[in-house]
Formats: sequence, structure tokens, C-alpha cells
Amino acid sequence: MNWTGLPPVLIVLSSLLPGIAIFFLAEERTRLRVALNLGGAVLKMALTILMLWGVWRGQRFEFTFALLPGADFVLRIDALALLFVTLSSTLWLVTTVYAIGYLEDSPNRSRFFGFFSLCVTATVGIAQAGNLLTLFLFYELLTLSTYPLVVHRGTDAALDAGRVYLAYAVTAGAVLLAGIAWLYALAGPFDFAAEGGALAHVEREHRTALTAIFVLLVGGFGVKAALVPLHGWLPRAMVAPAPVSALLHAVAVVKAGAFGIVRVVYDVYGQTLAVDLGVTTPLAALAAATILYGSLQALRQDDLKRRLAYSTVSQLSYIVLGTALAGPVATIGGLVHLVHQGLMKITLFFCAGNLAETLGVHKISEMDGAGRRMPWTMTAFTVAALGMMGAPPVAGFVSEWYLGVGALAAGQGWALAVLLVSSALNASYFLPILHRAWFVERTAPWPHEEPARSGRLETSLSLLGPAVLTAALSLGAGLLAGLDGSPLGWSRFIAAQEFPL
Amino acid sequence: MTHEAWATVMVVLPLLAAAAAFLLGGRWAAWAGNLAAPVLVAGAAVLALAVGRGEEVRHALGGWGAPLGIEWRLDGAGAAMQLATALVGWGVALFATGYEPHGDLERAPGRFWPPFLMLWAGLDALCLSADVFNLYVALELIALAAIVLVTLEGKAAAVTAAMRYLLVAQVGALCYFVGVGFLYGFGTLDLTQLGAAVRPGVPATLALALMTVGLMAKSALVPLHVWLPPAHSAAPSPASALLSGLVVAASMLVLLRLWAAVFDAVAGEALKQAIGALGVASVLWGSLLALRQERLKPLLAYSTVAQVGYLLLLVPLGGAAGAWPGGFLLLIAHALAKAAMFLAAGLILEALGDDRLPSIHGAARHMPMTVFALGIGGLTLMGLPPSGGFLAKWLLLGAALESGQWWWALALLAGGLLAAGYVFTILAHAFKEASDAPFTPVRPWMEGIPLGLAVVSLLMGLAGAPLTALLEAGAP
Repeated sequence: MNWTGLPPVLIVLSSLLPGIAIFFLAEERTRLRVALNLGGAVLKMALTILMLWGVWRGQRFEFTFALLPGADFVLRIDALALLFVTLSSTLWLVTTVYAIGYLEDSPNRSRFFGFFSLCVTATVGIAQAGNLLTLFLFYELLTLSTYPLVVHRGTDAALDAGRVYLAYAVTAGAVLLAGIAWLYALAGPFDFAAEGGALAHVEREHRTALTAIFVLLVGGFGVKAALVPLHGWLPRAMVAPAPVSALLHAVAVVKAGAFGIVRVVYDVYGQTLAVDLGVTTPLAALAAATILYGSLQALRQDDLKRRLAYSTVSQLSYIVLGTALAGPVATIGGLVHLVHQGLMKITLFFCAGNLAETLGVHKISEMDGAGRRMPWTMTAFTVAALGMMGAPPVAGFVSEWYLGVGALAAGQGWALAVLLVSSALNASYFLPILHRAWFVERTAPWPHEEPARSGRLETSLSLLGPAVLTAALSLGAGLLAGLDGSPLGWSRFIAAQEFPL
Repeated sequence: MTHEAWATVMVVLPLLAAAAAFLLGGRWAAWAGNLAAPVLVAGAAVLALAVGRGEEVRHALGGWGAPLGIEWRLDGAGAAMQLATALVGWGVALFATGYEPHGDLERAPGRFWPPFLMLWAGLDALCLSADVFNLYVALELIALAAIVLVTLEGKAAAVTAAMRYLLVAQVGALCYFVGVGFLYGFGTLDLTQLGAAVRPGVPATLALALMTVGLMAKSALVPLHVWLPPAHSAAPSPASALLSGLVVAASMLVLLRLWAAVFDAVAGEALKQAIGALGVASVLWGSLLALRQERLKPLLAYSTVAQVGYLLLLVPLGGAAGAWPGGFLLLIAHALAKAAMFLAAGLILEALGDDRLPSIHGAARHMPMTVFALGIGGLTLMGLPPSGGFLAKWLLLGAALESGQWWWALALLAGGLLAAGYVFTILAHAFKEASDAPFTPVRPWMEGIPLGLAVVSLLMGLAGAPLTALLEAGAP
């Protein structure tokens, strides 16, 4: 093994080892815990930046370890992996700061941060997985390490949500395992392959089996990606503390599912084979249905976090849609939305958490006048909400533009119509929130104002800073989309490898 | 030391330690066990490394080889089982030293050690045995020691359970022994020689039926499982760990060896499929009953019934690539994980005074390490990565699919889902907050023992390559 195997492992270990250490810390060792958390997050960030530089210059990083004879554990950093690694390490750093502020003085923090680190470990593992088996390993680790976070508060509602979450996730894991084992039995062990997929050698005689396996794999990943009708766990999981909703249920967990689908379509089957088998059109239709259904459900929610959750259901399928349209431009749109949706949605959840922690506001009907009381928070919220609607110059506009153009380029005009309707729906559930917050006078007192959170600023700095930062990032990703180093630039870089022109 | 010397130590040392513990009694008994345990772990490791390197470990007692004399022979499966025995045994020895005795044991805490060490000797002898009669002797030693362990606390429920256990074990042993008689008609008792000598016919069929049923009763496979849950849950917790982790695995090891070496050639395809179906019945029925338990220890005991069921799949999967190492990987990973979980249950019982599931609310806050051990052990039961149980399940899945018997793959997946059901039932109760539960702190180092065993079962997932190489040494 030479040194190029090291970085992928270090990226995984930089959150795994601090996570394990944190489990064994006594509850009152706050400073050491914070140091471990932030140290790991910063180290991961630094490694990621190094990798970005290396991969841009054409370097590949790969670590292989024989798990069993004929079944390797492969961590590999390619451009697509880095897209997701960069997203998760950046947002992990931000969310860690937020979580430290959010959970001040609440019980069981060692347990919380331990599992939190494990979740991020699993996410970067999923990103870097070099074959389906490795991906599955980390995918299951993610399920297991999120469960304690969902039930963290130990209330009946939390345990209920945890049970539903597990029922979905563990079943999905079994379905996924069935698909992967079947594929290995059929095709032998193989790694992900950019350009053309890895299954060319078994294509001819096993078309039916390959179609069935595709359904199993997408079914397994679709649960975490919250494809309708497999989305039921997501809105319920919103009982978890706000940092969990923000990072995991807006970014890591759901993205793991979407990312899995992207890998299956591009690097396992290859989009030529996928189109040839005729599985992409049903997938695109399912994604479109999810986009519309999620938005319609979001309209009906009064609970802020639940509305955001349904909005996540809807927005995630943009990524799946971009993948399923199977053209170069739509691919760019889908991939870049992986990052853009993450930035915008985490901002929204941070803001929802700030409102709940500072003012006790959980419902949209309680938000009258929130803009005047918490102007920074609501400004961040507004930027992200506008992005969700696809308004320029926020990042969401860039994704939707590429998806729309990609749909036309792939000759699937109906998808453009779906995107337009969805934007309209997004506007109709976000604009009323903005209207209440900025333009309606407050008449009643706040439901539960937390005096400890108010000071010179509208709320604690550790809660406000992350929200403002991610809002700025969403704005920046849209404004600077033309640069090579922007999420869009990187997505074009990936698509150029998938579709060598 | 030569391998022969180590092999002798593995059986003789625990017997000597048992005698010493019996003679010394009291606090000194624990010393005998705790001094022997690390030596036995070292011995098991040395032997496993040797077998893994492909060296032959055999020892003809008194210089008389088979078929006349007794010959010990260690294959990969035996070496792995011996190593698992040693690790669990060491964990139990440490745990029992610090464990608060209950019932009759309170008056004479030293009484735990002689049967425990006898059991250890029996297990090691079983791993080394290569002929059907020696296996019988080892099985009897194990069963008697195990039954004594169940009764130690002297509660009425324990004595009743032990009597039922005794009955089943003796009937099972008798069946097995008559089967040995039929096999002797082929002129040898040595497993390898039997494999070459056996011919299909009435004697072979009778031997097959009797020995299979006898061993299935001893391994608590459905429908002969009813004795196990009461016995394993009534035993003191360190003893439960031995019983569920190792004793059941021992009779399973014998069953699988017999099938691989002798019966596979005799039995028809339909019979193999039927035995596989019985295994699936154990998996499903054991898991369903586990889901319905309201106490922690019986839940874990029913889960043992379910997990043992998987191993019967080795009969229909026979020679498929990966089946043999997969099965034994499951056996040893389960041994470590289940032992860890029973020890953890013992600590919870100690701390909260009760193992009814609603009484363990708040356990995750009071004793996170112990709940962690339950969770990590649970990974192996569910067959989730990165545990040893996952690798085992992956190998068995591959074997099922590649030999075209996909229905066993479905059973494996369904079993995993059901296991997730009962494991997370435990965890959900442990995570639930309860403000007023009485709680007696336990010693922190004792919390480390189940956690350590569970972590070993987890890390097995990273040692898949060397472990499969070991298990394939001397595999059929």
C-alpha cells in the first residue's frame, strides 16, 4: 500500500476516533469534548481541501482491504465522492458549532456527540465507498448511528418516531442486501466504474435479473432518499433535536439515499445500460411524483419542521430526477442540487431551531413578527426559502436551470413542467411564512421566550453564526456558480467524466 | 511448547483447575479459575495460529492412533471454536469474580467454579476430538456441567428447568450413543475413516436419524427447543453466557461435523432440504417468541434458538463455496455476542434489580457501556455490518444464491429483520427515560467485560480474511 491509500482512511478516522473517544468522556468534560469535536471537524475539512486539490489535478486516492476472499472493502476518492465529502465535512463543522450551542446544559451530551460523529463517519464512508458492499456497510452504520439520535430525548414521541424510522430503514437494508448479494452472485465482485458502468460483461443473458436487481437497489436507497411511497419515516423523525434534523434529515441521511441511487445509475449500471433496460423512465416518473406530492403535503403542514421535512422529500427528488433523465446537462443539475439543497435546507432547519430555542415558536401560525424580533435569523431563512423556490441569484436557481434545460435536452419536456409546478408550489408554502414573519404585526407574547438566549444579539452566537454562514454560502454558490471551484463547476467536472464528449 | 503439549494443556489444565477450585473452595476457587483462564486463551491462540498456517495439529493419546486408539485432531472449525471458548471463558471468569452471588450461591460462592471449569475442559476436548465416541464423552461432560450450572442458585424454577434439561440432554445423548453403535458396524469410529467406509443402507440411515435428532434436541432446535429458554434464563448470568454462547454451539459443531464427514454422502436431497427447513423454522419461531418476551434473559434465550437455526442451513448448502466458513463464523460470532449480551443482562439485573423490559428504562443513561454492549452484540444477531455476524450472513447468502437455492437467502434476510425487531425492543426500552427507577451502581470494570466481548464479535468483521482461511483448514 502506498501513501495514496491513506487520505480516504484518514477522512473516515477523523470523525470515527473522536466519536469513540467522546463516548467514554464524563458528562462534565465539556471543554475536552468540544475540542475533540471541533478538532476532528477541522481536520476533516483540511483533508478534504487537500483532496479537492489533488483530484482536480487528476490524482486518484484508493484504499483496499480484503474483507473476505472475493469481497473487498474499497475506499476511493473520485470527483463524485468528493462532492459529497466536501458537503458533509463543511456542514459537519458548521453543525457541530450549532449543536454545541443548542445542547448547552442538556443531559447525555457525550452520547449525543458520540453518535453524531459516527453518523458523519458513515456519511463520508458512503461518499468514498468504492463498491456496493462498502457502500452497504456504511449505509447500515448510518441507520444504526442515527437511531440513538432520533430517540435522544427518550420521550414516547421520540421512541415512536425511532421505531418507524427503524422499520423503514432496516427493511430497506435487507432489500438492499438482497439486491447486492444477487448482483455479486450474478456478476462476481466488481468496483464502481465511471464511464459505462461495471455490468457490461453480464448484460446480455441476464436482462430480467438486472432489472429486478435495479428495483431492489433503488428500493433500498429510495427509503433514505424518501421517494414516495417510502418517505413516511422522514416527517416523523422531526422530533429529534434541531441539529439532528438539520444535518441528518436534511443532508446526510437523505443524501446518502440519493447518492446511492446516483452511484447505481452511473457507476454500477452505467447510464447507457440503465436507459437500455428501460428503468430510467419509471424512476424519473417516480421522482416527479415525489416532487409534486412532497410539495402538496408541505402546503398542509402548520408545524414548521414538518413543512420543511416535506419540502425535503420534494427537493431530494430533484437529484433523482436529474439522474434519471440521463443526459449530461440534467446530470449536472442533479449533482449540483445535492450540494445546493444541502446548503439551503440546513439553513432553514437552523433557523427553525433558533426560533424554537429562543422564542418557543414551533408553528407557522406563531411566527407573526418574527422578522422584527430576530432579523438575522429571518434574513437567513428568507435567502434559503427564495433559493428553494428557484429565485435567482440564490443557488437553487442554478440547479433548477440546469435541470430544466437538461430535461429539454433529453427530450423530456414534461419534466420541465413538473419543475415549474414545483417552483410555484414552493412559492406558495414559503411566501406565506415570509409574509407572516416580516409584514404581520406581533400582538401576542412569544410562546416560550428563553431569557438565557437573549443578549446583545437576538440569540446565542453559536446558533446564529451557522445559520447566517450557510445562508451566505447558498447565496455565494449561486452568485459564483461560473467559477471552476463552485459546486456547479465541480459538478460539470464530474459530468465531463461520466459523459466523455 | 509443541502443539501436542498445548493440546494436552487445553484439556488437562481446566480439569486440574476444577479440582483445585473444588478442594480450595471459597474465595480461592476464583483464583484457580482466573489463573488458568489467560493460559487457556494463549493456548487457544497458539493452536489457532498454527492451524491457520496450515500446520497439522494431531495427538495420538498413549501413542495409539485411530482406529484402535484415541486420536485428537484440530481442524480450523475446532480451533476457532476453542478460541471463542477461551475468550468467553476468560470473560466469564473475570465477571464471576466480581459478580454478586444470589440464592444458594451466596453461602458458597466458590461452587460456581468447579462445574464452570469442567465445562471448559469438556468444550476443549470436544473441539479436539476427531471420532464419534470421544465426541460423545465430551458432550456428556459438557451436558452434566451445564446442568449443574443451571441449578446453582437453587431456586425452584431453576431446579425444574434443570430437570427438564437433564431429561432432554440424556435422551439426546442416548440417541446419539445408539447411533454410534450403528456406525461402529462400518469398522471405525474416526470421522475421516467413517466418511470413506460408510455405505448407504439401513444402519447408516438409522445412525443418521438417531444422531441428528439427538443433537438437535441438545442444540434446542425447533420443535425440541422448549427446555432451553427456562434453563438459560434461570441460570446465574455468567452461567447463562456459557450455556447460550458455547454449550449449544458445541452440540451444533458435532452435528455439522458429522454431516459434513459422514451423512452428506448418505442422505438424499429431499432430506437435506427438510433439515434446512427445520432450521428456518427455528429461526422464525425462535425470533417470533423472542419478540413476545417481556423479560430480558428469556428474550436472549429465545434468540439463541433462532440463531442456532441458521446453522442447519449448512446441511442443504453442503459444499457450496463459503457455506462452511460462513456457518462457523456465525457460530463463533454468536458465541461471543450472546455471551456479551447475557453478561450485560446480568449487570442490568444487578443494577435495577429486575430484568422485565419496562424496568430497564433509563438504563442507557445509568449504564451506557452496558447498553452499548447489548447494542453491539445485537449487531451480530441482526447480521449487520461491520460485525462478524454480517460476514457470516454475507457468505451464507452468497452460498445460497450461487448454489441456486435462493429460498434460504430469503430466510436469512427474514431472520435478520426479526432479530432487528427484538434487539431494538431491548434498546428502545433502555433508551426510554425514567426518573424514579431505583438504581444500584455496578463496578465500572465489570461493565467493561461484556463490552469487550461484544467489541471482539464486532471486530471479527474486520478479520474476515484470516478467519475464513482458518475455518477452511481441514474443511470438507
